[in-house]
Amino acid sequence: MIATIIQRAVMQGTPLLFGSTGEILTEKSGHLNLGIPGIMYVGAISGVAGAFLYEQSLASPELLNPILAVLIPLLCSLVGSTLMGLIYCFLTVTLRANQNVTGLALTTFGIGVGNFFGGSLIKLVDSDVPSIALSATSNAFKTELPFAHSLGWFGEIFFSYGFLVYVAIIVAIIASFILNKTRIGLHLRAVGENPATADAAGINVTRYKYITTSIGSAIAGLGGLYYVMDYANGVWSNNGFGDRGWLSIALVIFSVWRPSLSILGSILFGFLYVIPTYIPNITVSDKKLFEMLPYVVTIIVLIITSMRNKKENQPPAALGLPYFREER
Amino acid sequence: MENVMEQKIALELRNITKTFGSVVANKNVSLKVRKGEILSILGENGSGKTTLMNMVAGIYFPDSGQIFADGQEVEIASPKDAFRYKIGMIHQHFKLVDVFTAAENIVLGLKDEKRFDMPGYIEKIKAITEQYGFELDPNKKIYEMSVSEKQTVEIIKALFRGADILILDEPTAVLTPQETVKLFRVLRNMKESGKAIIIITHKLHEVLSLSDNVAVLRKGEYIGTVKTAETNESELTEMMVGKKISLNIERSEVENRTERLIVDKIDCNSRDGVKLLDDVSFTAYSGEILGIAGIAGSGQRELLEAIAGLQNLDDGSIIYNNPKTGTKENLRDKTPLEIRQMGVRLAFVPEDRLGMGLVGNMDIVDNMMLRSYKKGKSVFLQRKQPKSLAEEIIEKLEVVTPSASTPVRRLSGGNVQKILVGREIASAPTVLMAAYPVRGLDINSSYTIYNLLNEQKKKGVAVIFVGEDLDVLIELCDRIMVIGSGKIAGFVDARNTTKEEIGIMMTKSEPHNSEV
Repeated sequence: MIATIIQRAVMQGTPLLFGSTGEILTEKSGHLNLGIPGIMYVGAISGVAGAFLYEQSLASPELLNPILAVLIPLLCSLVGSTLMGLIYCFLTVTLRANQNVTGLALTTFGIGVGNFFGGSLIKLVDSDVPSIALSATSNAFKTELPFAHSLGWFGEIFFSYGFLVYVAIIVAIIASFILNKTRIGLHLRAVGENPATADAAGINVTRYKYITTSIGSAIAGLGGLYYVMDYANGVWSNNGFGDRGWLSIALVIFSVWRPSLSILGSILFGFLYVIPTYIPNITVSDKKLFEMLPYVVTIIVLIITSMRNKKENQPPAALGLPYFREER
Repeated sequence: MENVMEQKIALELRNITKTFGSVVANKNVSLKVRKGEILSILGENGSGKTTLMNMVAGIYFPDSGQIFADGQEVEIASPKDAFRYKIGMIHQHFKLVDVFTAAENIVLGLKDEKRFDMPGYIEKIKAITEQYGFELDPNKKIYEMSVSEKQTVEIIKALFRGADILILDEPTAVLTPQETVKLFRVLRNMKESGKAIIIITHKLHEVLSLSDNVAVLRKGEYIGTVKTAETNESELTEMMVGKKISLNIERSEVENRTERLIVDKIDCNSRDGVKLLDDVSFTAYSGEILGIAGIAGSGQRELLEAIAGLQNLDDGSIIYNNPKTGTKENLRDKTPLEIRQMGVRLAFVPEDRLGMGLVGNMDIVDNMMLRSYKKGKSVFLQRKQPKSLAEEIIEKLEVVTPSASTPVRRLSGGNVQKILVGREIASAPTVLMAAYPVRGLDINSSYTIYNLLNEQKKKGVAVIFVGEDLDVLIELCDRIMVIGSGKIAGFVDARNTTKEEIGIMMTKSEPHNSEV
């Protein structure tokens, strides 16, 4: 049973890990992207649309090519969320619009886009329930490693996931490595800490901001795709994504802007999310209290890091501030 | 000095001219510096020293003239170009990332083909620090560093990129005397190893102890270059301040002179332990304009802020003689609100007009209310009085503005200053402090301000005027207090003094440490 709880926690945490890795990269370039919930939503619906069109083009589900079934939604999802990231960049980097307002607008916009196209697809299939099921595609996404179930609890904890779970962890590790060990990471952190200094050192601030924010959005969008295709078994229903986008942003603070810590944090958040299901005779109101826990933990982390006032655990110094080279 | 003469010229400027709008910042400046030589560029505030060097560093581009590096004519359009010609400039405001280590800051932005090899970079940094005698831990974070260490990081950053010509802008302004000694030691080491060094300064004793040659600028014009060994303080001062210019500012005699503000032995330290004010004592009298002369950043700002209740002191007292009640109050470490509640009528025109004086986005009426917002009894704002005050100021001081409800930031510098001075005077002060009130103003606006100060003096206000133009100080003030490195260098009677006398007092400000 413990193995099952851990497994559920990891699955629950994976969308959050994608979201927070993307947001950490974005914030390291000095941009607070509150559009993450919307971007993840768009990442999900783009993938759904791609999968839907591919499934519809086939005469029967048996003809489905598993590689195409994964690649098409993956590509659609990346394109959709990157486009959202580019909109955010254009508004906040080029036009220097307020980042909070832009981000919140993108969240509203993204959820609207998702629900509009989601609703349209549901209408198209003329289904009885307000959702569409892409089971064949989902099965391709959920393909587990062949030896997952022959290893007992060990296999269940470590190998019983679809490939996107491993992608999330690997992406977080790569992001952590790039940020801390490479020249690109050093330059990126300089852009987020002190863009004027970075500019004077010959770093192209605008390019760094555009590229990292777009890549960050693409990564976050995969969180949405994972949720629909793997976690929700390929079933799309409007507003099904819940508050996972906001939890991702909370996770950024919880993991004090470190993608490596975010891996453990996502599992903890996932654990807090699933634990009420395993408590016998729990009432609905108690369940809601449990759902609150990740936010409470985040607030506590925020208070502790503020009180200890260690510079390394603070957000990037220029986070949220537009940069423009002074007229000289 | 003979070996210096034989050395190759590292950098030469010929007839450099730079104008900003109608203001001439540099006019036909020519100078050269050789390898293995330290050249000082000496001049008062606003004489164009930094502008000139910014053109060498690629921050500004000259309107006309030529720059030669290593004998070749070069065009320096950006800081990157400057690096290509091995020119490195250490600005007064450091450009460093706080949460990075020294080493990370030093390699920031470097684009060599080799892979990112931090241990290798640290070795190279250690080699540089050993070669020149710097003290620096490459793994220390910037936010844990003192100002002097940060400066060291900036210098090594330039050396790491291979700079052979090093320009330092007022490097000692933020250092303690001990740190200055250390800096000079490494600068001499760099000179020995053949680097060309240019230091911008206005401290005469540093010029004389450190440099081989001195180039003097005055109001943007190049006055000349002299060998340090063949000159002395008075000759340099004369080159720096020039002949007296008559301004014809009217000055009335002092009447009813009584002690109004007695500042006694105040001390103030910065967070880094640098003395900002050191044993400062003086008395401001009613009906008198007391001028404060000194190089910018010698403690003028801290002094005025201490009196206004914005700066806590480490020692001393500030006694105010209340002319109405006759009581004496100590203003030390009081907040501006407490000072006002004690019935002390203090007016302060800070040098940072739109930062400390007025709110740029608010209109003239609202800015008037910043002074009187505590007055009203009801919950709602009383706009009538401030509005009529605003209109009065606009009319009396001839402020050019579309209306009283125009945001202050849209007005020109002179008009902003008139509003600020007008508001401060309207509170019928007994002490009026003005820091650089005519900075950036045209001639007419300047005279309006002088007249306002004179009017207050006649009313029996104790006026304290911090200025930078010695001609103005001499013609406007009754007494002038000269301040240098946070210490009082002396008092002079403005009616019987010369620019040279004040100039020498300003720049001499006896070195804290005889080694320098």
